[in-house]
Amino acid sequence: MYGNDFSAPNGATDEASGGLLGEVEAAEAELRAAAARGRRGGPAPDEDLAAYFAEVVDAEQKIEPRDWMPDAYRRTLIRQIAQHAHSEIIGMQPEGNWISRAPSLKRKAILLAKVQDEAGHGLYLYAAAETLGISRDELVQLLLDGRQKYSSIFNYPTLSWADVGAIGWLVDGAAIVNQVPLCRCSYGPYARAMIRVCKEESFHQRQGYEILHTLAHGTPAQQAMAQDSVDRWWYPSLAMFGPPDGDSTHSAQSMAWKIKRFSNDDLRQRFVDMCVQQAEILGLRIPDADLRWNDERQAYDYTQPDYDELMQVISGDGPCNRERMAHRRAAHADGAWVREAAAAYAAKRAGQKETVAA
Amino acid sequence: MSERSEQAKQPGMTSHSPLWEVFVRARRGLSHTHVGSLHAPDAELALRNARDLYTRRQEGVSIWVVPAGAITASSPDEKDAFFDPAADKVYRHPTFYEVPDGVAHL
Ligand SMILES: [Fe+2]
Ligand SMILES: [Fe+2]
Repeated sequence: MYGNDFSAPNGATDEASGGLLGEVEAAEAELRAAAARGRRGGPAPDEDLAAYFAEVVDAEQKIEPRDWMPDAYRRTLIRQIAQHAHSEIIGMQPEGNWISRAPSLKRKAILLAKVQDEAGHGLYLYAAAETLGISRDELVQLLLDGRQKYSSIFNYPTLSWADVGAIGWLVDGAAIVNQVPLCRCSYGPYARAMIRVCKEESFHQRQGYEILHTLAHGTPAQQAMAQDSVDRWWYPSLAMFGPPDGDSTHSAQSMAWKIKRFSNDDLRQRFVDMCVQQAEILGLRIPDADLRWNDERQAYDYTQPDYDELMQVISGDGPCNRERMAHRRAAHADGAWVREAAAAYAAKRAGQKETVAA
Repeated sequence: MSERSEQAKQPGMTSHSPLWEVFVRARRGLSHTHVGSLHAPDAELALRNARDLYTRRQEGVSIWVVPAGAITASSPDEKDAFFDPAADKVYRHPTFYEVPDGVAHL
């Protein structure tokens, strides 16, 4: 149904994304089923609020904005949704750099649509965060002041056109694996935003895969360019799932609240297992000499990403952190006159209406 | 992604751009359904932004935008009490009534 969706070469990603898209649809059906099941309104006047909250969450019902919720749950969600929103917004930059240099009009139109989708994702998510009682201005300011983070992956540079392909395949692919379980998050507005986002993401992943497939079946120079981009993006993409479970500070509580459904390592494994066959069909090598099937675990053994590097990038010292933030601040400042002019125009028109009415 | 929480009584009144709730009619014959919210300085821009944000893939044939501040909600939290009067009136449903065997068209 989505206009830009085209089938992947040889059906390689059809099965995998179909599986994930199937899960998104299952989450949507579950959401409706839970709503039909649960006739429970708010707590009774004398009811213990914490017990009421736990009961709703345990029954797989959604928490809605006007419901009572623990302060820590609210804070965790604001942080997570806001950082997710910031990631979508900053995430427009690495690919946006290639819009003017896309190799054909078709690729340019597709890339524009993709980057526009990412802006949309940021806006859905900011709106979801705002239902928790924080304003858009505050959220934007937290990003501009560097007091809230965005995904480390967007601090890596896009050196070639093939990187646009690798980002679609690996970065959007990892994002989908991360986001699909969030469609079942206990907080209603976040779950609904994620369902919308995930449906759009599958086009992103496929367009990236198609770019790489085309390059990998092109001239030797194009093949080398495709391989080089996969070599550079593989480990940063694995790092997108966050630190290993042992070091992950927020995980256990988020799982109990049903914000998170799977651990970082589980999701990372799932992503690796999906990518191996997709890489084979591309004819590209995953840059991991120790990657092999483990019959006992029924999963691939693989080399972990460099978590020290991840921490370094998160703390502001990645290859492009300063550039990304400087660009965002400049774009915000450069847009100020537009916001002011639109506000002035709206105020003038409102004034005119009042005069007419009087 | 829309209903304000208790703590956001002044719904996102950002300096330049108030908050708008967006409703989309997906197809002829369906009612408008709430799809989310956005910020815009006035109704005209809210409509245009809503088109770009919520109907990029032909998800709608008609859009309403409503200033979030103009919406009155039934209660500050989703308490039962407001809806209690309807809870003990089972006789409002046809299933309450026993129909004698053999009665047709009832
Ligand atoms: Fe996105
Ligand atoms: Fe994406």
